[in-house]
Amino acid sequence: MTDLLELHEVTRSFGALTAVNRVSLGVAPRERRAIIGPNGAGKTTLFNLITGHLAPTSGRILFDGRPVTGLSTDRIARRGISRSFQRTNLFPRLTVLENLRLAAAAQSVGSWRLFGTVEGLTAPLGHARDVAAAVGLVERLGEPVERLSYGEQRQLEIGVALATRPSLLLLDEPTAGMSPEETQRMTRLLEALPREVTILIIEHDMDVVFSLADRLTVLHYGEVLADGAPAIVRADPLVHEVYLGTGNGA
Amino acid sequence: MRLRLLALGLAIIAVALFPRAAGGYPVKLLQEILIWGIFAMSLDLLMGFAGMVSFGHAAFFGVGGYAAALALGAWGPGLGAGLALPAIAAAVVALVIGYFSIRVSGVYFIMLTLAFSQMFYAYAFQTAWLGAEDGLVGVPRPTVLGLDLAQPTAFHLYLLACAVLASLALWRIVRSPFGHVLVGIRENEARMRAVGYAVDRYKLVAFVIAGAIAGVSGALYTQFVGSITPDAFLWTTSGEALLMVIIGGTGTLGGAILGSAAFILLQSLVSSYTERWMLLLGVTFIVFVLFAPGGIVGTLRGRIGLRA
Repeated sequence: MTDLLELHEVTRSFGALTAVNRVSLGVAPRERRAIIGPNGAGKTTLFNLITGHLAPTSGRILFDGRPVTGLSTDRIARRGISRSFQRTNLFPRLTVLENLRLAAAAQSVGSWRLFGTVEGLTAPLGHARDVAAAVGLVERLGEPVERLSYGEQRQLEIGVALATRPSLLLLDEPTAGMSPEETQRMTRLLEALPREVTILIIEHDMDVVFSLADRLTVLHYGEVLADGAPAIVRADPLVHEVYLGTGNGA
Repeated sequence: MRLRLLALGLAIIAVALFPRAAGGYPVKLLQEILIWGIFAMSLDLLMGFAGMVSFGHAAFFGVGGYAAALALGAWGPGLGAGLALPAIAAAVVALVIGYFSIRVSGVYFIMLTLAFSQMFYAYAFQTAWLGAEDGLVGVPRPTVLGLDLAQPTAFHLYLLACAVLASLALWRIVRSPFGHVLVGIRENEARMRAVGYAVDRYKLVAFVIAGAIAGVSGALYTQFVGSITPDAFLWTTSGEALLMVIIGGTGTLGGAILGSAAFILLQSLVSSYTERWMLLLGVTFIVFVLFAPGGIVGTLRGRIGLRA
């Protein structure tokens, strides 16, 4: 089976600093892959390269067999890659429903209608409600985002990414800054995401990682240190030394 | 909702009947308010909904005004020459200016749009077939549905009809799916791109729509005064519309008309007492920005609990 996402020798430098160094990896369809590594390992930079927020200095990225290197963020999103952000990135003054509806309507030609109402654009609206249910925000639909709790905003962050119907979903630290209860709720939510969506997740909380991921990739100073099934990576002494053993994310 | 519709209907009737109750000068002021109201509303579509602060909106007002003067002079008093052609001309100019300006945002967008409109000013000021610094004078008014708009009552109703239609069109656009996309761009442009919107294309279409409507207001202004001068392109024209939008309440559409009324009434009242009316305008503006950032409409909403 060919991989949904392929990175070939992808490198990104910022001046003298090489944030991502010749990273090659393949993510199979329906896979749930966790990217782990200490702070500064280049995990978010890697996401930015995949979604077009940054252009690689060298290397190639293929999605669904076609190159996406150098495309704009919105074109990559329309190809079917969606992401959530490490720092909540929503429409603060709009309601929960409108946040999700906007994301759901991103690829609808109906979004070009100059007359008519958003209620008349029923498909995105219906999908927005379904996603609200999937991320546990059905009772908050009419609430402006700025009035949600932090945990709820994080749930909506996932919802907005999911509402675009992506085939690949990138999640950047979905549990960052959450209380233990909120983290538990988020973990259940992530476990319940539809299996047909391929997921790439950056996460520091090892309980979340091991309950979710089929496979792990460990980044260290911008390079792939280890790659494989969770149990194997967990047993790798090198990984222990740089990451797991430090107590950084345990 | 029903109450607001009733109030709106009464306001329209009052404006329609105003010439029967008042003399020539107040009627002129009211007509000026309508024309500038349309202009300011078109700017509010950009500022208040798409979050694009343009300082070159005068370009479209001027192009509409000159297009109307040329077309009415050349082809006689039809509605096509008086309104449709100016709207199309302004839309085409907006397409070109927008194509280049939308690549940048914030201060750079402000500066680029300003530079474009000043280029139009410089060109009109020096070009013989546009009447150079004197502009185009003696522009006839069009004839609509057999009504000669040189006749004052007919012209008054025509201006009112244009203002109502422009408001209605803009009101529907900001509530449409397209309008919601603009609000999304205003609230968080980066996230709109990240979920897949071709943000620049939406902005460009908004810019062209706003330009076309601004062109209509310029055309109406030419017909109102009977002439058009290069001053229409001047940065102060853009600046005045900007003040009207802010004083009235950014992102409210209706506020743009109230802002236009406040601005023009203040101008006419104060300038009859003192030459220093710009000083008072400046103070008024500062007071609004500091103490009523929501403008007239925002303040009213806060006071009487009126909802959007």
